[in-house]
Amino acid sequence: MIRYVASRLLGAAVMAVLATLVVFLIANTVPGDPVLAQLGDIAASNPETVREWRAKWGLDLPLWERYGLFLRGLLNGDLGTSIASQRPVLEDILQYAPATIELATIAFILALAAGIPLGIAAAVWRDSWVDAAARMVSLIGVSSPTFWLAFVMLALFYGGLQIAPGPGRLDPIAFPPPDVTGLFLVDSILAGDWEAFHDAAAHLVLPSIVLAAATIGLITRTTRAAMLEAMGQDYVRVSRSKGLPERFIVLRHILPNALIPVVTLGGLAFANLLAGAVMTETVFSWPGLGRYTFRSAAALDFPAIMGITLVVSVSTLLVNLLVDLSYALLDPRVRR
Amino acid sequence: MTAPPVLEVPVLEVQDLRTVFLTDAGPVRAVDGVSFRLGAGETLGIVGESGSGKSVTALSLLRLLEEPARIVGGQMRFQGRDLLAMRPEELQALRGDRMAMVFQDPMTGLNPVIRILRQLTEHMVSHGHHTPAAAKHRAITLLGRMGITTPERTVTGFPHEFSGGMRQRVMLAMGFANDPALLVADEPTTALDVTIQAQILDLLRGLNRDFGTAILLISHDLGVIGSVCARVAVMYAGEVVEEAATEAVLADPRHPYAWALVNAVPRIDQPLGAERRLTSIEGAPPDALDLPTGCRFAPRCPFRIARCETQHPPLAEVAPGRLARCWVTQAGAVLPKPGGTGFAEPGAERVRPEAAAPLLSVRGLVKHFPLPRETLFSPRRVVHAVNGVDLEVARGETLGIVGESGCGKSTLARLITRIHTPTAGSIRFDGQEIAGASAAAIRPLRRRMQMVFQDPYASLNPRMRIGDTLAEPLVAHGLLRRGAEARERVAELLSTVGLNPAWAARFPHEFSGGQRQRISIARALALQPDLVVADEPISALDVNIQAQILNLMLNLQERFGLTYLFIAHDLAVVRHLCDRVMVLYLGQVMESARSADLFARPLHPYTRVLISAVPVPDVGAQRGRQRVVLQGEPPGTLVLPTGCPFRSRCPIARPVCETPPPLAEHTPGRWAACHFPGEFDPGSSQALPSAQARAESPA
Ligand SMILES: Nc1ncnc2c1ncn2[C@@H]1O[C@H](COP(=O)(O)OP(=O)(O)OP(=O)(O)O)[C@@H](O)[C@H]1O
Ligand code: SF4
Ligand code: SF4
Ligand SMILES: [Mg+2]
Repeated sequence: MIRYVASRLLGAAVMAVLATLVVFLIANTVPGDPVLAQLGDIAASNPETVREWRAKWGLDLPLWERYGLFLRGLLNGDLGTSIASQRPVLEDILQYAPATIELATIAFILALAAGIPLGIAAAVWRDSWVDAAARMVSLIGVSSPTFWLAFVMLALFYGGLQIAPGPGRLDPIAFPPPDVTGLFLVDSILAGDWEAFHDAAAHLVLPSIVLAAATIGLITRTTRAAMLEAMGQDYVRVSRSKGLPERFIVLRHILPNALIPVVTLGGLAFANLLAGAVMTETVFSWPGLGRYTFRSAAALDFPAIMGITLVVSVSTLLVNLLVDLSYALLDPRVRR
Repeated sequence: MTAPPVLEVPVLEVQDLRTVFLTDAGPVRAVDGVSFRLGAGETLGIVGESGSGKSVTALSLLRLLEEPARIVGGQMRFQGRDLLAMRPEELQALRGDRMAMVFQDPMTGLNPVIRILRQLTEHMVSHGHHTPAAAKHRAITLLGRMGITTPERTVTGFPHEFSGGMRQRVMLAMGFANDPALLVADEPTTALDVTIQAQILDLLRGLNRDFGTAILLISHDLGVIGSVCARVAVMYAGEVVEEAATEAVLADPRHPYAWALVNAVPRIDQPLGAERRLTSIEGAPPDALDLPTGCRFAPRCPFRIARCETQHPPLAEVAPGRLARCWVTQAGAVLPKPGGTGFAEPGAERVRPEAAAPLLSVRGLVKHFPLPRETLFSPRRVVHAVNGVDLEVARGETLGIVGESGCGKSTLARLITRIHTPTAGSIRFDGQEIAGASAAAIRPLRRRMQMVFQDPYASLNPRMRIGDTLAEPLVAHGLLRRGAEARERVAELLSTVGLNPAWAARFPHEFSGGQRQRISIARALALQPDLVVADEPISALDVNIQAQILNLMLNLQERFGLTYLFIAHDLAVVRHLCDRVMVLYLGQVMESARSADLFARPLHPYTRVLISAVPVPDVGAQRGRQRVVLQGEPPGTLVLPTGCPFRSRCPIARPVCETPPPLAEHTPGRWAACHFPGEFDPGSSQALPSAQARAESPA
């Protein structure tokens, strides 16, 4: 077990180093000239200005030297300076990340909490109305485009029924809770500010449903398939021959086996959520990394792009590490 | 245990049970009027070919059938209670408590993510017999009773940490957890090796004796049933066709199907006859969707009379305590002894071909498989599959290779046919060295050595018509051109192996297992090989089909002078078919000798134990036969064995066995690798003095 964990940790570290290289290469070989994107047309036509500008951002150095600088910076917690905002990228990211983390985490919990029970029910009552309903839910979730779903939800629950708050993380006139973690739910609890908590939670409902929709569908489907697969295994018949109650067989024998593929999917789904955040945040005016990404990409702000990509890669690596570790908890065959 | 009831109520009474599968094509009558009775503490076997309804009967008993199966008729009483009238909760309370079941495949029957302890105790607790702590104590005791040496450690493990034999012991312990009145065991040893099978059967006998548990044992192997069960019911096409004492059925079957079943298998406990052809019946069991109106066996029955075609015979008494479903034997006829040749005098076996220039000669053959690393930094591990094998096969001879699973039999076969490249050693085929030869150099020899595999389905391309499968090697080797010429040869090949030449246009899935194995043999024969390497060619087949394939192999050998390397785990078959036998253990030769000598008086303790492990009916001369049940299992192949590889399990191992015994010739043609050859002989009172044994082996 310890060896397994150690080897996974080491693997993740190696992957993280590789990720820096890949991120660096991609960001520095993007088509499009940041000079043109940043300097005005007139400035860009002056070779002297362009040379100075390139020297300032280190663009005149050879690629490998720039990678060295980039790595050295990373070690000092320096992700470079954003071309667009002129602030350290790390500072930008730290400012925008909590909003996204809060949204993605809630959406992820929602996806698991809805998808797994729905998948179990669909498998246990296979071909019944429960199964049909679960199939509908997952079909809608998987096939509605995030953008479209976001607008429909806003129009329906905010514009039409007026039972949900509008875009943003809080009411425009409300004050955010004192900043500790940047996660409004956590900060408001820490401050004992229940009004803010309620406000933040209400603002999270629609965007997290929108963001989770596709993942709920995927998890429902996977759980159902994995449950059905596990139900057909010999040990299930053996459990019945032992006279165990059916409920016990489903929850204690079938489910632990069925969760193994679901965990794999969970890791992938989290990466998907981060991607989906770009759309959702844009529609819901959510001041998160998604919107920051969108802006930086449009401006070809490559230090910012590198920083974001790196943060996303590392968090994906972390999630995968968690997935590997939960395997070890779920499946004794992988611990050695 | 409850005291025996005053009035003798049978544990299980089944009357006219009928179970159908409601398929789209119509109702499949899987179990169709089965009746039997099992008293407290009794043992009953159910035997029959695959598809005859054995498992469905067992599942019906516990009401464990799944969609689309339905019990549509009959009565089942368990200790006098009507099983069919029970509510689901009542059934649940009965299952795993008074009535337990053990299934065939121990590898898949245990939940991989749950500790053994919980799997053993959960139903002790849920049936309310034990507190968790008491259940744990009982689980450990039971595992010990099942022959697991360190039960305290075993219970804390997960299933994947144990071998098939160990898992089957756990399954048995699970079955016995609540001290049931009836244990239904469906092919509990079929997935296991012969030595482990012997251990499990021994255990079943002991449990029946010690706990008085009634046992219903299902098997396709009459030997297995005979070694445990006093009575046997023979099933055919969903019906019981004969029920009697096992001994009586074996000696004098009263139903023609039982007759065919008994005579299709060579018996290791009986003298070899001169006739090596086995009794086999043609045809296949009837389609369960469309059963014949008369006797269901009539289309295949060699004793059929006019009445059989139209009238369905009842299961009726043919002798005291003997029931059979046959018009002919009910009228008093006795079925003939098969073969008609009688048993030969000793020494009258087939003359062994002269070993002037062996067709195949192998020296010091070694094969190691490096395993992929488990993690980035763990050391690379190596499977030592074959560790220095010498062998010689004469032209026209049949050499049998036997040994437990994992001993390197298949790897050896693949080395000889150069599917694998040896790590070291020499292979000479017809005088030509092929061990290190390149693929191009071997190509011309390929057509002279062919292989037949265990699984006839996996080895045929499912999307190719069998005519093309058979013609392909001929065309590829440039022996024939596509078209009329190839078609003619394919037709000829098909009729050689007893198939209809018109079937060349069919696909593999349109054939039965036995027919597919015939096709594999036809494919091997297509190139007119000298050597055919057959790796467990009959293991996946029913006994009647086994007999057909063995007969076919014998005929072809006579006709074409083929040389066979025959790999099998069924020692009775090997004894029957092979001229010489080689015994492998952990990739090394333990003994090699003429078949008759080897079986008459094995020199190596391992050979002795293997022979003793073959289940034989506990009747006549065999009653109370001294069985040597080998304990333990072969050690892993990840370390190269030192000294005598068998010494961790050898009943007579001594300190000197730390030095590897050489494979020495003891009498002409008899080789054994043991410091004390012939000394281990529990059956005879005259064990060889060890001094003499040592004198025989050149140090
Ligand atoms: N390609 C391979 N890679 C790694 N190990 C292998 C490979 N092929 C065979 N082995 C190992 O070599 C050993 C001998 O295997 P082999 O298949 O020859 O046994 P066998 O006697 O034929 O067993 P069985 O009766 O189960 O077929 C086993 O431990 C097996 O796991
Ligand atoms: S009833 Fe007739 S066909 Fe059936 S087994 Fe007896 S002899 Fe054969
Ligand atoms: S050499 Fe020793 S351990 Fe090996 S088989 Fe002979 S007696 Fe047993
Ligand atoms: Mg094999």
